[in-house]
Amino acid sequence: MISVALRHAYPGFALDAAFAVPAAGTTVLFGPSGCGKTTIIAAIAGLLRPDGGRVVVDGVTLCDVAAGISVAVERRRLGVVFQESRLFPHLSVRGNLRFGLRRAASGPVRIADIVDLLGLAALLDRRPHSLSGGERQRVAIGRALLSQPRLLLMDEPLASLDAAMKAEILPFLARLRAAMAIPIVYVTHAMDEVARLADHVVLLERGRVRFAGTLEEAAARGDLPIAQRDDAAAILTLEVAGHDEKRRLSCLKFGETVLQVPLLVAKTGESVRIRVPAREVILATSYPIGISLHNIVPGTVRAVTEDAARHAALVEIAVGPKCLIARVTPDAVSRLGLRPGIPVLALIKAMAIEVL
Amino acid sequence: MGLSPEEWQAVRLTLGVAARAVGFGLPVAVLVALLLSGARFAGRPLVDALVHLPLVVPPVVTGWLLLLVFGVHGPVGAWLWAVFGVRLAFTTAGASLACAVMSFPLMVRAVRQSLDAVDRGLLDAARTLGAGRIDRLVSVTLPLAAPGIVVGALVGFAASLGEFGAVITFAASIPGETQTLPLAIYAALQSPGGEAVAARLSLVSVGLAVAGLLAADVADRRMRRRVSG
Repeated sequence: MISVALRHAYPGFALDAAFAVPAAGTTVLFGPSGCGKTTIIAAIAGLLRPDGGRVVVDGVTLCDVAAGISVAVERRRLGVVFQESRLFPHLSVRGNLRFGLRRAASGPVRIADIVDLLGLAALLDRRPHSLSGGERQRVAIGRALLSQPRLLLMDEPLASLDAAMKAEILPFLARLRAAMAIPIVYVTHAMDEVARLADHVVLLERGRVRFAGTLEEAAARGDLPIAQRDDAAAILTLEVAGHDEKRRLSCLKFGETVLQVPLLVAKTGESVRIRVPAREVILATSYPIGISLHNIVPGTVRAVTEDAARHAALVEIAVGPKCLIARVTPDAVSRLGLRPGIPVLALIKAMAIEVL
Repeated sequence: MGLSPEEWQAVRLTLGVAARAVGFGLPVAVLVALLLSGARFAGRPLVDALVHLPLVVPPVVTGWLLLLVFGVHGPVGAWLWAVFGVRLAFTTAGASLACAVMSFPLMVRAVRQSLDAVDRGLLDAARTLGAGRIDRLVSVTLPLAAPGIVVGALVGFAASLGEFGAVITFAASIPGETQTLPLAIYAALQSPGGEAVAARLSLVSVGLAVAGLLAADVADRRMRRRVSG
């Protein structure tokens, strides 16, 4: 468990945030600039001494202001990846990677594995100044992991990269998430990074926690800021049930039913993460006929939230334990009589489903 | 241009005095620069002023103050004589001390500038990677400040080659012991028909100064390349 409760005041800004998330997988702190994300990361790392509160990681108290506990930064065993990679300019890539390794107690992360995972083999003898931004961040991530951290903190690691570099490095991060048992706390204000990387989400607004929970829940809640975005979508992690090579479709288990998507490369039984954009979901109360559609998912309306800015309504549809979200017109809501508890059909084009 | 054995002796002596001035002065200068560029403390302005004193006080006054403190009757000088049998006033070691004190502010300034330029973010990164205070100093701060330390050494060396007032006051002008190039030039000018000697030694002085500046430039560029990759 990662349990954080922090109070800190700057002139004109006050942070008062508390959340607890499992110490497994990736937790994303998400929110607009100036909402306190970086302050939280700095306080967990120990680079900022908060006015009050405590930080406990896996039962180890790193900081407890009331009890007068504050473990020194160098003894917290937290890996930190900063926005500007902060590689040591006087050391080679190899020297940078070894910096944390040499100072850490022995641990499971080996230099050969990291070089492999992050594709660093060709960079080892280079100096940081000769690397591209994306390469630098990969080295910085490797360096942090090799310090055998109990937790990896990443503070907007992709924010200073352009779209192409970001696209180059995101797959590495996704692999990292799968390959490493180290929990990650990841700060970003970019929704695509949240969708790709998060297991848990902490939504921050003006120094306060608006929501803390799973990504699936955070994405599907009409009353949360993620659903108020243009790119609102349900994000689901589903198991591959099988492939139909002839029809060039793959089936994903979804509650009692399946979702059909264009043919995937993933193996049967593997989990894939998909995005179902809210504005691509059509709602119906009876089965349509003579339609190109592949996916007709029965569910129950869980909540209806007005999205006044867009003259739209956000409808949450429970499908077993999972949830879809649809953005429809308020007129459709009244015509179909949509309200919590009503059974409804969600119509989703196979082509509208995005595999992440 | 043939130099007489006495003139060669003055050249060798000058280089030796300057080397020792830097050898002993630079480590202290680095420590003081670290103190001044680190966290604020109550006595910092006082230390800062003290360090810069030789730069603003007439060199002859510095030499005289050294004599008061390190002379055989001075508090430190008497102790050194009584305990170690070491005398500084009017010796080669004394000339080196005078040069070290005079060039000290220049060395501290050069080192401190490069220390102040070290990115604090890198030190934070080193902390998160498990490096303690001394470790960070040795493995990050000093390597990154190395260009400034080298420049400080060369500037201190060059200044020591030319130091006159403090040396002649504290160490006198003893040929072969404390008579460095500037002192030898002055002595030659005081003796009838010494212009030729003065001219030769002046030429050597200028040559050394130019060589020093070129070395500083080359070293600075090399070190910068090493530090920034």
